[in-house]
Amino acid sequence: MKETFTKGMARNIYYGGSVFFFLLFIGLTVDTVQKLPKTDNREAITDVVAFGKKIWEDNDCVGCHTLLGEGAYFAPELGNVYERYGKSTEAIKAFIKSRPVEGIKGRRSMPQFNLTEEELEGLAQFLKYANGIKANDWPPNIQG
Amino acid sequence: MNLKYESQSVAKLYFMAAIGLFVGQILFGVILGLQYVWGDFLFPAIPFNVARMVHTNLLIVWLLFGFMGASYYLVPEESQRELYSVKLAKILFWIFLVAGAVIVASYLLVPYAKLAEITGNDILPTMGREFLEQPTIGKIGIVIVVLGFLLNVGMTILSGRKTVINMILLTGLVGLAVFFLFAFYVPDNLVLDKYFWWFVVHLWVEGVWELILASLLAFVLIKVTGVDRELIEKWLYIIVAMALISGLLGTGHHFFYIGTPSYWLWIGSVFSALEPIPFFMLTLFAFNVVNKRRRDHPNKAATLWALGTAVMSFLGAGVWGFLHTLAPVNYYTHGTQITAAHGHMAFYGAYVMVVLTIISYAMPIMRGRKANPMRAQVVEMWSFWLMTVGMVFITLFLTGAGILQVYLQRLTDTPLPFMAVQEKLAVFYWMREVAGLVFLIGLIIYIISFFVNGKEGDEVAVTD
Repeated sequence: MKETFTKGMARNIYYGGSVFFFLLFIGLTVDTVQKLPKTDNREAITDVVAFGKKIWEDNDCVGCHTLLGEGAYFAPELGNVYERYGKSTEAIKAFIKSRPVEGIKGRRSMPQFNLTEEELEGLAQFLKYANGIKANDWPPNIQG
Repeated sequence: MNLKYESQSVAKLYFMAAIGLFVGQILFGVILGLQYVWGDFLFPAIPFNVARMVHTNLLIVWLLFGFMGASYYLVPEESQRELYSVKLAKILFWIFLVAGAVIVASYLLVPYAKLAEITGNDILPTMGREFLEQPTIGKIGIVIVVLGFLLNVGMTILSGRKTVINMILLTGLVGLAVFFLFAFYVPDNLVLDKYFWWFVVHLWVEGVWELILASLLAFVLIKVTGVDRELIEKWLYIIVAMALISGLLGTGHHFFYIGTPSYWLWIGSVFSALEPIPFFMLTLFAFNVVNKRRRDHPNKAATLWALGTAVMSFLGAGVWGFLHTLAPVNYYTHGTQITAAHGHMAFYGAYVMVVLTIISYAMPIMRGRKANPMRAQVVEMWSFWLMTVGMVFITLFLTGAGILQVYLQRLTDTPLPFMAVQEKLAVFYWMREVAGLVFLIGLIIYIISFFVNGKEGDEVAVTD
């Protein structure tokens, strides 16, 4: 670096730049939070859906699956599983319920979580709600 | 050679714990890699998600041990005074180690839903989100440990010499603590949940952690090259300035496809495309000061780690990050093995390597010598190459898998289901596992290097 570029200038860029962009980021966050009702499908969040989200978290589903592309890459995307399963919450529940305790020999296997009927319904309704979030047309196709 | 300040030696505890947990992390990495191709390996005893929690949580915990140890070593020397409280540092060490061990053991011993129930996740639900799986009480413990640590380091700096390195490190550490608090915000609204989850994850690894990384690297470079502090501090300022200028709005590259407004497609693409710049500057900086060195420090291994950090963080975070950061590209790569490839090399290149750099520099001094005997350094440098080349190939095989996954599942006219695609990728996953074993061998050799003694007379050459 040339001598004309002093440490004082570098320091000012650091303080000025980071404060400016931090404030801008906060401003954009406020704007985003205000605009979310248009895309986040919040009208679908019922008590059952909120309960289902808790079941999703309590069983660490995100440790294998992705949801809107975030999570682990070991098992299928579930942000659009409702559509992939023919818009049937019953089909989702049936799949989760039917997982064999000892897994499927040699294959990636989903654990048997022994969920109650209420928990299964909550989870399925939560996935249905997630499917309704407008995520800039992602995923590209039904396979997630 | 003795320590400048007696209290710096508390770092040794932290470094030993860090390395021990690192071994655990890699063993679980090898298990996970195998589960990718041998689906029911260890099932149902250790399902994939449990092994993954152990793998990622151990990484985070050992890097935190590394950052804390590094701070305890660096801060007294930079501040030119003893640490505020060695006793506090030791107490917090044991609390953190026991808490960390209990959390990880509980993942393995109790089904996760049961763990949530036992630890009262109904009262303040924070569990079950990626990387933040710790029971709420564990998170509270982490906050307490970090606050105590900040008090200790902060008091030392405030009553001592305030160098640029000290101040930037402290800013990074305070940021680390502040942004972790978003781990306690878990709204029912999934989009809000995801948006603020990134305040922990992105603002850590692509924000304040970069301040920690750059200041640790600058410290080691001053020590091993003897280059004028003024020059190094100027570089440091401009690197962390670019890191925050690009990285804050760069958070937007996570807001493309999670239900957030579409203006993030532009903001996230433009600013995250700038994120490689600070990493490239870090590389220029490291090579520049090593070339201008005023002394030949006997610790060649530490210099190698420092240069390696600069290069590998640029490749992993900069190049592999840019690869999938533009919104039209990310539309296809979002949530695929491309992300996994980037994550592995970025974490290794930036954060694993910087911690190993400062351990390599400081550990010999804490053991009473300026550098390890040459024989030990050669073994350490072998471990550097094995781990680094292992990681390069892990990344390349995952990238190959990712490209094919994107094509077969998303780009072709006849997209295949996820599991059908995964089966076709098996050969890439097998090769990744082999690369992972090379990494593990490198790690074992790394540990052996601590126990290698010099020949008679060899010691003299390296102690002065």
